[in-house]
Amino acid sequence: MKITFERRAALSRPVLLAAPLIALGLAMLTSLILFAALGKPAGQALYSLLLEPFVGWYNISEVLLKMGPLMLIAQGLAIGFRANVFNIGAEGQLIIGALCASALPVYFPEGDSPLMLPAMIALGAVGGAAWAAIAAGLRVRFNANEILVTLMLTLIATQVLNYLLLGPWKDPHGFNFPQSVTFPDAALLPILLAGTRVNISLLGAFFVSALAYVMMRHRFSGYQLLVGGLAPRAARYAGFTEARAVWVSLLLGGLMAGLAGACEVAGPLGQLQRSVSTGYGYSAIIVAYLGGLNPLGIVVSAFLMAALFIGGDNAMVSADLPVAAVFVFQGLLLVFYLGSLTFIRHRVILNWAGRA
Amino acid sequence: MTILAFILAGTLAAATPLLLAALGELITERAGVLNLGLEGMMALGAAVGFVVTYTTHSHLLGFGVAALAGIALSLVFATLALGFMANQVAAGLAIGVLGQGLSSLIGKPLESQTLDAPGKWAVPVLADLPVIGPLFDQDVVVYLTFGLAVAIWAVLNHSKLGLIIRAVGENPHAARAIGFRVLRIRLVAVAFGGALAGMAGAYASTIYTPLWADGMIAGRGWIAVALVVFGTWAAGRIAFGALLFGALSLGGLIAQAAGVALPSQLLASLPYAVTIVMLAVISSNRRRMRLNTVASLGQPFAG
Repeated sequence: MKITFERRAALSRPVLLAAPLIALGLAMLTSLILFAALGKPAGQALYSLLLEPFVGWYNISEVLLKMGPLMLIAQGLAIGFRANVFNIGAEGQLIIGALCASALPVYFPEGDSPLMLPAMIALGAVGGAAWAAIAAGLRVRFNANEILVTLMLTLIATQVLNYLLLGPWKDPHGFNFPQSVTFPDAALLPILLAGTRVNISLLGAFFVSALAYVMMRHRFSGYQLLVGGLAPRAARYAGFTEARAVWVSLLLGGLMAGLAGACEVAGPLGQLQRSVSTGYGYSAIIVAYLGGLNPLGIVVSAFLMAALFIGGDNAMVSADLPVAAVFVFQGLLLVFYLGSLTFIRHRVILNWAGRA
Repeated sequence: MTILAFILAGTLAAATPLLLAALGELITERAGVLNLGLEGMMALGAAVGFVVTYTTHSHLLGFGVAALAGIALSLVFATLALGFMANQVAAGLAIGVLGQGLSSLIGKPLESQTLDAPGKWAVPVLADLPVIGPLFDQDVVVYLTFGLAVAIWAVLNHSKLGLIIRAVGENPHAARAIGFRVLRIRLVAVAFGGALAGMAGAYASTIYTPLWADGMIAGRGWIAVALVVFGTWAAGRIAFGALLFGALSLGGLIAQAAGVALPSQLLASLPYAVTIVMLAVISSNRRRMRLNTVASLGQPFAG
C-alpha cells in the first residue's frame, strides 16, 4: 500500500477549526491512558484538568488571569513564526521584562508617584525587546541561528534572576526567601473584575490581539513578514529584506513577552519572585501554533491553555499529579495538532495496488 | 589528585553526554532532518535510565532502556516530520516539551535519590603518564563515546553508507532517482539520533551526576544542537567543541581552585554565553557555512 498526500487548493474555515479539536480529543485520550498506566486516577485527573477550571466564578477568573500573558506573548511570537523567525526564548524575554519593571519598586519601595506604574510597564516592554534584540542583531550581523541564541539567552536570564533575588534584590525582611520586597500600591495594576485577581492587563492583551488582527488583515506589513521568511530572494526583489523581518519579529516578540513579565510582577505577584513565570514563554509557543498562528485563533487557544494550567493546579491536589502532567498534555496537544494539520491541508490518497 | 589532573579527567566526563547527543544529531542532520527535540529525548533518557538502573542495579540495562525511550520519542518526531511532512522546527519543539514533561513525571518518585557510579577503568601504561595520565582513567562510556566519534567520522567520510546518508541529505531527489529509499534512510537516521540522545541522558543521570533532580539536563540538549553547528557538521570538530564545553562546565571548580570568588550564577551562565559567542563567530563565515551546511536540512520530502 502506498499513501500519498495531495495538497488541497483551498481550505474552508470549519475544516481549519477541526485540527485543534481533533488534537484536543487525541491528547485527552492519550493522557488518559498514560495517567492510568502510571497508576493515577485517570478519570479524576482529566476532570480536574479539563472541566474543573470552568466550574465556579473563581476558577473562571483564574483562567482569565493566566490567559492574559499567554495571549500577549503568543500574538508576538506568531508574527515571527509566520515569517519563519523562530523566537523560542520568550520565557527569557519575559523574565528580563519582569526584572526591568521591578527595578523601580525595588529601589523606591515607598514610591507613590502615579507615573511609577506606566514607567514600569514601559521598562518591561523595552527590557524584553532589548533581550530579544541581542538575538536579532546576532542573526542579522553574524548569521547566528536565532533558535539557539534565544534559548541560551533564556537560560542566562534565569541565572540573572537568581543572582538578583539571592543577592542585591533580596527582601531584607523576607525571612531569606528568594524574593524582592512587596511592591507599593502605586506599582500595582488596578483590578478589573472586583473580587478576583484579574487586572486591567487582560484588556491590554485583548487590545494587542485586535491590533494584530487588523495588522495582518489590512496592512502590508503582515505580508511583508510572510514573504521575508518564506522566500528571502523573492522578498528582496519585492523590496523587502530578510533582515527587516528578523528585526521586526524578534523586537515585537520580545516586547510582548517583556510586557507580560511587567504585568505579572505588577499584577498577581506584587513582587519579583523566582517563579515569575510558570513556563508562560514556552507554553505561548504551543498557544501560537494551536491558534493556527492567527490572531483570532490565538485568543481561543490562549483561553484553552490557561484553563489547562488551572486544571493542572487542581489535578495536583485532587489526582496527585505532578506539575509536569500539564507539560506532557501540552506536548501531546502540539504533536497531535501538527499531525492532524497534515490531514487537513492534504487529501490523503490510498493506493492499495502498491507502488504508484 | 592535583587540581590539574582533576580538571583534565573531569573535562572528558563532562564532554561525554554532549558529544554523544551531538553525534546522534550529526547523523540525523547529515541525512537532511533537523530534530530540535534533543533536550526532550535526553531528559526522557535520563529519567528512564535512572529509574531502570535504580531498580535493577544494572547500568547496562539502564542505558539500553534509555536508548529505546529515545528511539520511541524520535519516532514520534519522525511520524510528524517525515510521515506527515510537518514543519520540522515545530515537530522538534513538540517532542521537546513532551520529553521534558514525561521525564519529570517518570522521575518524580525518585527525586533526590542517588546511585552508585560504576567503576573506572584505567588504560594500562597511559594512565600512569605524568600530567595527562588522568585522561586515561575514565568510565567505559567515555572511551566508547570518543571511539564512536572516530567511527562516525570514518563512516561518513570513507564508506558507502556514509556516502548514501550524505546523498540523501544533500539532494534527496537525486538520491531517490538512483534508487535510494530516502524516507527510510532518514527514518533510521532519526532513530539513531534518538538512541544516542537517550543514552546521553542516561550517562548524565546515572554516571556523571548519579542523582535524580528534575530538570537535570539543564540545556545540554540545546548545547548539543549548537555543537553540530559549531562543528560545521564534522565529527572531529564536534568532539573538539564538546571538550571545550566540558572544560567550561567545570568553570566553577577551576575558579574555586584559583581562589576567585565569583557569583555561582555567573559561572553557570558561562557555557550558555560561550555558546552564543561561538555560534556568532562560526556562523559569521557565511561562505564556510554554505559550504558545509547540509543542503536539504529541514525541508520536507514527499516520498
